[in-house]
Amino acid sequence: MSAFLAMGGYGFYVWTAFAIFFIVLLIDTLAPLARRRRHLREIRARIARQANRRRPGTPARNESNA
Amino acid sequence: MANWVPLWLHRLGSPPTFYRFAGAVYPWALGLAFVLGAIALYGGLVVAPADYQQGDAYRIIFIHVPSAWMSLFIYGVMTLAAFIALVWRIKLAETVAMASAPIGAAFTAITLATGSLWGKPMWGTWWTWDARLTSELVLLFIYLGIIGLCHAFEDRRQGARAAAFLVLVGAVNVPIVHFSVNWWNTLHQGATIRLLGPSHMAASMVWPLLTMMGATKFYYIASLFSRVRTELLAAEGGKAWVRELAVAGVAGGKA
Repeated sequence: MSAFLAMGGYGFYVWTAFAIFFIVLLIDTLAPLARRRRHLREIRARIARQANRRRPGTPARNESNA
Repeated sequence: MANWVPLWLHRLGSPPTFYRFAGAVYPWALGLAFVLGAIALYGGLVVAPADYQQGDAYRIIFIHVPSAWMSLFIYGVMTLAAFIALVWRIKLAETVAMASAPIGAAFTAITLATGSLWGKPMWGTWWTWDARLTSELVLLFIYLGIIGLCHAFEDRRQGARAAAFLVLVGAVNVPIVHFSVNWWNTLHQGATIRLLGPSHMAASMVWPLLTMMGATKFYYIASLFSRVRTELLAAEGGKAWVRELAVAGVAGGKA
């Protein structure tokens, strides 16, 4: 096992390279998911604001992003 | 558009349909990328023998080369999408082009970093102004320029169109990266895997490399679809389908 981790003396280079690969792709995976969640939260907040402004009983339509 | 374009392809171009389609494909693409990646890592780190010249340091190839392929492949997809976006003004094509840029930049950065970590023990230097290395660095700057230009406009469609022009201009760098090892005298080794003719590599090393190539392709699909979904939500925030989705997300626990 320690021979495997040592990688014939190149352990530092090999494992750092693999760590960079996984960390960069992990960030790349999580970033859009977090952003999508934030967008949905903002859209819900907007819907709530617009519902408060609307006269009671009027249906919702395509509305501006205000 | 012409009659022969199937109806489903037309429908797929509409944001709500694509949002659902991408959401259905996403877990499968990510799962396949994960499984193939794990198999490739096992093959590359455990099964494949050490190189007779480079010892175990050569194992960086199993992430370095697939990442380098992806950095060029993604640019190719992005160029195609940018061309479609500029000619036919298809909103989805703009979104695909702009969503590809950060993924391509990520793979380019990985290529440069892992190449540097491979170069230090083998060449004795982290970096050299060699044709292959320099053109790959230029590729990273082009990707970053595209992302920056896209976000420099208040209106996102205007930004996407301006950046799409930059994508087309920057495409000249792709063949330069690819052929740099043939055109110039360089420290970087030539192509190991070739489409035509025999590869310069043992089969036990080739299959993990090709498996990792498959894994990165599926990863690209997953990441692209995830980003396109996010972009569509932001761009279509006021439309009824997004509002229904956002409200249903609260009730259903997810969206």
